[in-house]
Amino acid sequence: MLSRITALIVLAFFSGNALAQEQVRVPVLEEEGGLSVTVTDDSAWQDLSIAIPSFATDRDQPTAANSQGTTALGIELGRVVYNDLRNNGLFRPVGPDSLPNPAYQQITAPSWSTWSGRSAEMLVQGYVRAGADGRLTVGCYLYDVQLQQQLVREGWVVDAADWRRAAHKCADLVYSRLSGESPFFDSKIAYIAETGPKDKRIKRLAIMDSDGANHRFITSGQSTALTPRYSPDYSKIAYVSYLNGYARIYVYDIGSGRQTLVTESQNPTFAPRWSPNGRTILYSMAVNGNTDIYSVPATGGTPRRLTDAPGIDVGGSYSPDGSQVVFESDRSGNQQIYVMNADGTGQRRISFFGGRAATPEWSPRGDQIAFTHIVGDLRVGVMSPDGRNMRHLTNSWQDEAPTWAPNGRIVQFFRTARNTGETSIWQVDLTGRNERRLPTPVGASDPAWGPVLP
Amino acid sequence: MKKIALALAVTSVLALGACKKQAPADLPPPPQATGPSTPAPAPSTPQGLVPGTQAHFAQQMQGRDTIYFDTDKFNVDAEDQAALSQQAAYLRQYPNIRATVEGHCDERGTREYNIALGERRANAAKNYLVSLGIPAERLTTVSYGKERPAALGSNAEAWARNRRAVTIVLN
Repeated sequence: MLSRITALIVLAFFSGNALAQEQVRVPVLEEEGGLSVTVTDDSAWQDLSIAIPSFATDRDQPTAANSQGTTALGIELGRVVYNDLRNNGLFRPVGPDSLPNPAYQQITAPSWSTWSGRSAEMLVQGYVRAGADGRLTVGCYLYDVQLQQQLVREGWVVDAADWRRAAHKCADLVYSRLSGESPFFDSKIAYIAETGPKDKRIKRLAIMDSDGANHRFITSGQSTALTPRYSPDYSKIAYVSYLNGYARIYVYDIGSGRQTLVTESQNPTFAPRWSPNGRTILYSMAVNGNTDIYSVPATGGTPRRLTDAPGIDVGGSYSPDGSQVVFESDRSGNQQIYVMNADGTGQRRISFFGGRAATPEWSPRGDQIAFTHIVGDLRVGVMSPDGRNMRHLTNSWQDEAPTWAPNGRIVQFFRTARNTGETSIWQVDLTGRNERRLPTPVGASDPAWGPVLP
Repeated sequence: MKKIALALAVTSVLALGACKKQAPADLPPPPQATGPSTPAPAPSTPQGLVPGTQAHFAQQMQGRDTIYFDTDKFNVDAEDQAALSQQAAYLRQYPNIRATVEGHCDERGTREYNIALGERRANAAKNYLVSLGIPAERLTTVSYGKERPAALGSNAEAWARNRRAVTIVLN
């Protein structure tokens, strides 16, 4: 259940008589060893040192969000913001476990000397208050320590169960203000959880937040589930299930727990994709062994066949404006990337860089297409929508099926280990430098990153 | 006894048959010795298997319930045709049974493409069975792509064993 987050206009704070007595804990910034950073290029914001202490509270009271009170919750909020910014290779944050805890009154009036003395260039402070209605109010402030200036602030009211979303919104606020990029932390991922030996692998539909929290298995694993895709409003997941023995696309409604066939057919249907407005689903269907791409209204209706080449046409990903579809076809003799208009006209090949090219995914920004490049090994690459400027983001034995962060700056994919076939979800930024494995309870494949929550 | 003679004839054709495709070293298993000196096995239930069941079919096929494909290919070559002919003979012998052909791929491709490729392979096998007179209504296909490997390694030999179409009798 998603609940809305309301932006607060202004947070009226009493400008207290500034006791400036912080509860100083471990005064260390040991891993940074005295920060002195020179801003030298466009990506220098990534080297900014940011202090993220625990969020303060006006009154420690129990909430439904945790077993302890709002003081403990404030530490957790700081940790979530810290981990968001740290784990994605962005910035060089220091978190609440290594910092003094600011008092509630200091959230709007930072103790500048404390933070400049720690060589922090940026400071993220926040607070959490429990409301009488059980909801939480969370404020988030970004300060430039050197300028002693507030750069941006925002506040949200959330259901207690959604407290992590407030922290993600705060991390998004900081990231957007400092990088100039669109936010992406407050988003979710659908994927396939994998357990068991390679020849009897159990594959279950599962979901989690972008940082791996709030993990939930959706299907039991009795039938193989593959290739999920969140609807743009997160209300549904389209995926392939071998329920009843044959591959069919189902649309699972997260609210009701019910699922329906995307189209009634005697033929296998697979590779579901939502249009950006959620009204249309692309799918692939094999008829007498020949696979083509079709589209159908998400609410049901008459399918429309978009390709009719004798080769395999499969997959597909809409451009952000919904006018074009990038897809995969072996009509030339092996897998290559093609673009067509959303009605199936104007099909043309765009990949000419050698090897095979598969699983194209159009960036939400529209400026790149991520795909799987197969030259012996499987690697994740990106190219311009005209097929130029191809470059690899990963170099491993088997990396496939990229999916974009909602801001188009990070790509997730899954990696398969040689021999064991164990799978794991990884992400990498567009520099190819910041690569990391996502924490998942079991093996993981087919990540599908949804949009930023409203 | 005519059926036995037919089975023997098929076997000998296979033994002489084309080996142009790079077959996996350990599969399919060699045909059991059915030389003239040994008495021919009874046509059914040598180990109490019920004729027309999957277990009986698999036992009778001696590995020829499966055909193998080259990388990214789905054509049925002479060796595959011999195996499919043997499958068709069985299906003719038990006209009331239905079968499904499972298409599989090796792990060296992307997931969705491999589902499509497995469909091609399963249909190639099915179409050949139909060309031998097996009614299409008795045959279904399913592709598992690379999701259900038979050989677990990540090497050329395992991949060759996994690029396959397996006929399964439905009870």
